[in-house]
Amino acid sequence: MSSSPLPPPLQQQRHPGYEEERLRRVAEQLPCREVQAGMLLSLMGEPQQYSLPCIFIYGHRASGKSYVVNVLLKELELPHATISCAECITAALLFEQVLLALFGGDAAATLPRYPSLSDFVRIYRHHRSRAPAEQTRYIVLEKAELLRDMDANLLSVLVRLQELVEDNLTVLLLSELVWDTFRPNTGCLEPLPLHFPDYTKAELHQILSRDRHPSYSADLYASYIHILLGIFYAVCRDLRELRHLAALNFTKFCEPVTEGKAKESDTHKLWRNIEPHLKKAMQTVYLREVSSLEWEKMQQVETETGPLRGLSAHTHVELPFYSKFLLIAAYLASYNPARTDKRFFVKHHGKIKKTKFLKKNEKTSNHLLGPKPFPLDRLLAIFYSVVDSRVAPTASIFSQISSLVTLQLLTQVSHVDQLDAPKYKCAVSMDFICAVSRTVNFDIIKYLYDFL
Amino acid sequence: MDVPYPAKSFQSRVIMSKRKAKGASKPIGECISQLQKCLRERLCHNRIPSQLEASEAQHKHLLGLLQRTANNGESNSVLIIGPRGSGKTALLKCVLRDLLQEKEVQKNLLQVHLNGLLQTDDRIALKEITRQLNLENVVGDKVFGSFAENLVFLLEALKKGDRSTTRPVLFVLDEFDLFAHHKNQTLLYNLLDVSQSAQAPVAVVGLTCRLDVLELLEKRVKSRFSHRQIHLLSTLSFTQYLEQVASQLSLPDDFPDREFALDWNSSMRRFCEDKSVEGILQRHFNSSKDFCSLHMLLMLCLSRISTVNPTIKPADILEASRLCFSDAKSNMLHGLSILELCLVIAMKHLNDVYEGEPFNFQMVHNEFKKFLQRKSSSVYNFEQPVVMKAFEHLQQLELIRPVDGSSAKTQREYQLMNLALDSSQIIEALHKYPQCPTDIKQWGMSAFG
Repeated sequence: MSSSPLPPPLQQQRHPGYEEERLRRVAEQLPCREVQAGMLLSLMGEPQQYSLPCIFIYGHRASGKSYVVNVLLKELELPHATISCAECITAALLFEQVLLALFGGDAAATLPRYPSLSDFVRIYRHHRSRAPAEQTRYIVLEKAELLRDMDANLLSVLVRLQELVEDNLTVLLLSELVWDTFRPNTGCLEPLPLHFPDYTKAELHQILSRDRHPSYSADLYASYIHILLGIFYAVCRDLRELRHLAALNFTKFCEPVTEGKAKESDTHKLWRNIEPHLKKAMQTVYLREVSSLEWEKMQQVETETGPLRGLSAHTHVELPFYSKFLLIAAYLASYNPARTDKRFFVKHHGKIKKTKFLKKNEKTSNHLLGPKPFPLDRLLAIFYSVVDSRVAPTASIFSQISSLVTLQLLTQVSHVDQLDAPKYKCAVSMDFICAVSRTVNFDIIKYLYDFL
Repeated sequence: MDVPYPAKSFQSRVIMSKRKAKGASKPIGECISQLQKCLRERLCHNRIPSQLEASEAQHKHLLGLLQRTANNGESNSVLIIGPRGSGKTALLKCVLRDLLQEKEVQKNLLQVHLNGLLQTDDRIALKEITRQLNLENVVGDKVFGSFAENLVFLLEALKKGDRSTTRPVLFVLDEFDLFAHHKNQTLLYNLLDVSQSAQAPVAVVGLTCRLDVLELLEKRVKSRFSHRQIHLLSTLSFTQYLEQVASQLSLPDDFPDREFALDWNSSMRRFCEDKSVEGILQRHFNSSKDFCSLHMLLMLCLSRISTVNPTIKPADILEASRLCFSDAKSNMLHGLSILELCLVIAMKHLNDVYEGEPFNFQMVHNEFKKFLQRKSSSVYNFEQPVVMKAFEHLQQLELIRPVDGSSAKTQREYQLMNLALDSSQIIEALHKYPQCPTDIKQWGMSAFG
């Protein structure tokens, strides 16, 4: 039991009705979130008093919304029902969980098979009259943005549930999005918006330092977090991701110390050791290209066996010879305008006036707009001119086109019914096609209109 | 956010209750507790006030109507129309409370309360009517041919002892416009039919927030409706609004501690007369006159009251007003990472140059790369997948939204999007952004990308 004073927003004088000891435990578990917790507690008031019908808590991911609410409700032992809307694919599951948490199993069992909102409110009122609330009941709905897509009236009913069931009840909606996206057409009761601001860099440092490894000093861990934040803070401020990255890379950071090559105070050496490692982590583990298990295994192996194969590397399939040329032809057909085909693919095209090919403003660069659809005939025409040898138009060529569609390297744009004039689009990136054309010694850049 | 209060040595509530036995007046902790309880019931739970000053005429009209149904057996239908938060439910509850003071009415009148949000189907509505009239046993397992038969059966079953006339029934339909979306509007048709055909004394009161509700009704339903409408458009002037604020914050006469109540009421009067407070209330009055937003503002002030801070000061209402008017999207922009902020600025420039036409990821990335190439920027040149992840995060936050269209066939990088932010919001966010590098700030503020 620590004897440190409670932070001002959580002092017992501000929140009569809750014991000091419990408030102290709450304060210990919520670093950097005392102001928000204090605000929420003051809105909740004493347990037997009424509170607002609905409070809308919003903030970025991992800004502590569910955590603060859950800690408050559990430590202060208030009757509550915490439901994640991601688990409730139908409204019936939501009703069942609410009744189960607030009134017990037999209340949930009285719900009919396909309960409507009317049934839910009726059963709630019935049980409320049998067990009236001495303390405010709380219904906490996490990921509340999913409520918008559920039953049409569900959100409107939930924000005014206190009035409909005539009970001392408060609904807390937690979400990452702002309330403007939730509002129904004809309006509804406006909840009180409560913002949970993002953590500052210093606060992130403070929270991440709490996870320190017991066998190393706090200073070492603090300098490690400092380095980690220096690299990742510009890209990601999500506390969960940063904790994950911190946990994965700490052993690598401590390697020089454990092997005796450096002391704990040699920050520069440790930094030089870990910095390329963290940069690689940004391209792999951060992007979930590699799982954390593979990452840890990789760290134990000293020598590198080549570039790290992430998930995206597996999309580079080995294609047969003509398929490669078909793909190249498709790329050229997608990204070159049809009128320029003559210039690129006909041997003696004569003099073409330069004015026709003046680049206009950058927006018309096809690489910014995306691939355009092309008919099959154009694809074959380009294909025959790109492939050096004479190719007979056999079924094997056409079946290769279908297999490219199955591999999702081409997408079929026209309707499946249209058999005589199918249209396709090329769905590969510039890097991929450059890699493919290098394997067949084809200089694709020369044939692209945007790079003239 | 929270102003630090000086540490005063007020007793905690546990010690308070021991002191209670000493003096005649209650200790301050308990007074504050009672105050909170009373005001919270008024502001959060919408306890019915003793009289509604703003809608005297409407009150009289509705009360007269319902009295005629209850006493004289006359059937009536009326619609109460007003925007959200204008006091429709409060008016109805007030009228019902006054109506039920007569003993005869209390004995005879039956009430059925339906809500368009809950009873989404006519079948469900009928079951609810049966249940509220306590006729479930009477109906039993009977199967009815049509809705009308069912309803007539229910009303017949309500005949009084001497079988001469049916008891008067009051049907209250909350969210009336939602009932108009049911199939064939059967419920509305039958209820209004009964109210016209003098079979049983029935009063149908509908509450709705839509002014055009009559357009939603079918012709046969509209013809059976009496076209009686009570409008609750708020005609409050600013002085009346101020009086409302003062009356909402003052304690009633039956408060346990008279002295405390008098002190409190006089301090509230002084508070409402303060110039800065008037200015804040004027701002709220200009944006919306309804009671819901007023209650939210007062609730935020009330939540700060405790033994440490036993009265509402102008600073409290200033803080509460700031919370009410804060822009949610700007708050969210504050928490974006530098990379995401750069992408938002790139999108702003694309919108400026191409006048709001939708963009895709490649265009945004291209714009961002142009910024990186320009001067020695402080932002590292991230790889494309990392930038894509930042872009997708912005999409998850619904700051950018895909244009309607077939998104299945286009690649992720080329899907067209629109930005759901205004230039002014972005510029304001840049000012408030913590430790924003100067070159990014300048890039954002400049007019030409």
